[in-house]
Amino acid sequence: MEKTMKHMETARILSQTEILDGIWDMRLEAPEAAALAVPGQFVNLYLPDAARILPRPISLCGIDAEKGILRLVYRVSGGGTQELAAMKAGATLRMMGPLGNGFPLEEAAGRRVTLIGGGIGIPPLLETARVLHESEGVTGKDSDGELRMQPTHVTGVLGYRSKTFLVPEFASYGDVMIATEDGSTGTKGNVLDALRENGCVPEIIFACGPLPMLRALKAFAVEKQIPCWISMEERMACGIGACLACVCKTTEVDGHSHVRNARVCTDGPVFRAEQLDLG
Amino acid sequence: MMNDDRLKVNLAGIELKNPVMTASGTFGSGAEYSEYTDLNRLGAVVTKGVASVPWPGNPTPRIAEVYGGMLNAVGLQNPGIDVFCERDIPFLKKYDTRIIVNVCGHSEEEYVDVVRRLADEPVDALEINISCPNVREGGIAFGTDPATAEKITKACKRAARQPVIMKLSPNVTSIADMARAVEAGGADAISLINTITGMKIDVSRRKFVLANRTGGMSGPAIHPVAVRMVYEAAHAVKIPVIGMGGIHSWEDAMEFILAGATAVAVGTANFTDPTITEKIIDGFSAYLDRYGIEQITDLIGAVDNT
Repeated sequence: MEKTMKHMETARILSQTEILDGIWDMRLEAPEAAALAVPGQFVNLYLPDAARILPRPISLCGIDAEKGILRLVYRVSGGGTQELAAMKAGATLRMMGPLGNGFPLEEAAGRRVTLIGGGIGIPPLLETARVLHESEGVTGKDSDGELRMQPTHVTGVLGYRSKTFLVPEFASYGDVMIATEDGSTGTKGNVLDALRENGCVPEIIFACGPLPMLRALKAFAVEKQIPCWISMEERMACGIGACLACVCKTTEVDGHSHVRNARVCTDGPVFRAEQLDLG
Repeated sequence: MMNDDRLKVNLAGIELKNPVMTASGTFGSGAEYSEYTDLNRLGAVVTKGVASVPWPGNPTPRIAEVYGGMLNAVGLQNPGIDVFCERDIPFLKKYDTRIIVNVCGHSEEEYVDVVRRLADEPVDALEINISCPNVREGGIAFGTDPATAEKITKACKRAARQPVIMKLSPNVTSIADMARAVEAGGADAISLINTITGMKIDVSRRKFVLANRTGGMSGPAIHPVAVRMVYEAAHAVKIPVIGMGGIHSWEDAMEFILAGATAVAVGTANFTDPTITEKIIDGFSAYLDRYGIEQITDLIGAVDNT
């Protein structure tokens, strides 16, 4: 039993940069987690200040298994993330992970996959875009009946309040459409407005972002019968499925909880849209 | 790590290999943490509260971090006793540890239903949760009035085949009165403290942080309150006491033993470090070595009262 025991890893900060007001880009040396992680998963970071007893769950924006490096792009939203942002290269912190399930990449292979992100929901989609872009696609019959390799085609639909981030990196993995609330870049409006304006019809959707965006997106996907997976966010304590803090409402009775609640940390964070009761 | 026989304690007739247990609600049914810590080392696993039928719990947000602690208002979400008996008890039986099942209900009948259902199950003790601050009926309503607490203790004792531990709330004027009441009702042991009712307000949004508005506070910030209450309760009754509340180190845990607790339970600290229980057990062994103490039972209530 001891052999397979999971444990915490001590991660070392390699770099830490503020890429936009309050948005930080941190690279961590964490070889054990980097070797196991897949796009859409997250890690728990434990802060040095002992008065902050709960870990901060942060999604993975980049995974370099070979070099043993994780990239985290996060927003400072309180004292804990403020403390994290103040930590300099060379500092170490306790880390647990990778945690959660990740996006079902196999569902997107060989298809036109649209990655839809809003605000700080965008970073986990970047690694998803990279892996899908670099994947081989699938062999399938074309419209003319010929057997051909069908590549995976990635489109990123990214929604911001005003200033953008991570756009050039997304562009290196596929097409990018941008929506800003103030219209300063791309479509004025939200991600659904950008989809319509660009005449984009997704074959499959992976999404992460604020609840109103996800709610609208689920309605859109259900109406158009587009398979859609959503990454959820909720306040967490343990991160491993024990404390039942981070549940989200589900449409059917959940197999583990036996009520209409699933654990975001372990049953998710990625769920099939139909599974979720987003209110 | 070998078991240290000097750490054995007897809790209401159950022998524990050491006095370190998990606190209900923080450790699931043990399965989740079994990937991170060796359950075989624990004195006992105390499971998440279980009711006669599945409970959906409260809306989210259910938790908030506060300075040196956290608030929770999970609301005793649980899959119900049938699933618990089919899935969770067999899992825990694979380990060499004691199983203590936390029992919750909205009414005396619901508590008794669960206690009866567990009578023939291979569990070592029952902990009756009359102190959850996050459910409207039951829970704390039974745990703040001595007469009601005594009555529910009697009802559970009548139905139980295993020792009954009554879990007490700190949200009372006199913890000694509550301890005496459940002892009079026939309780085999008491455990305390459950969480302290609290509230947090988001000043920028001018909203309550928790959907439930109030939540139970736990974590290192409540530890001194818990030590005081365990000391008062231990001096009010003859039955054994399980001390808990804010344990984040072996020293925190040892304070409860010296205050009069026979065993301790570790809760919120599992969220900060999933291996904390093992560190506390090792810390106890090292403490016995350092002071040349033969067995941990010599330390129960050993604070200098002069």
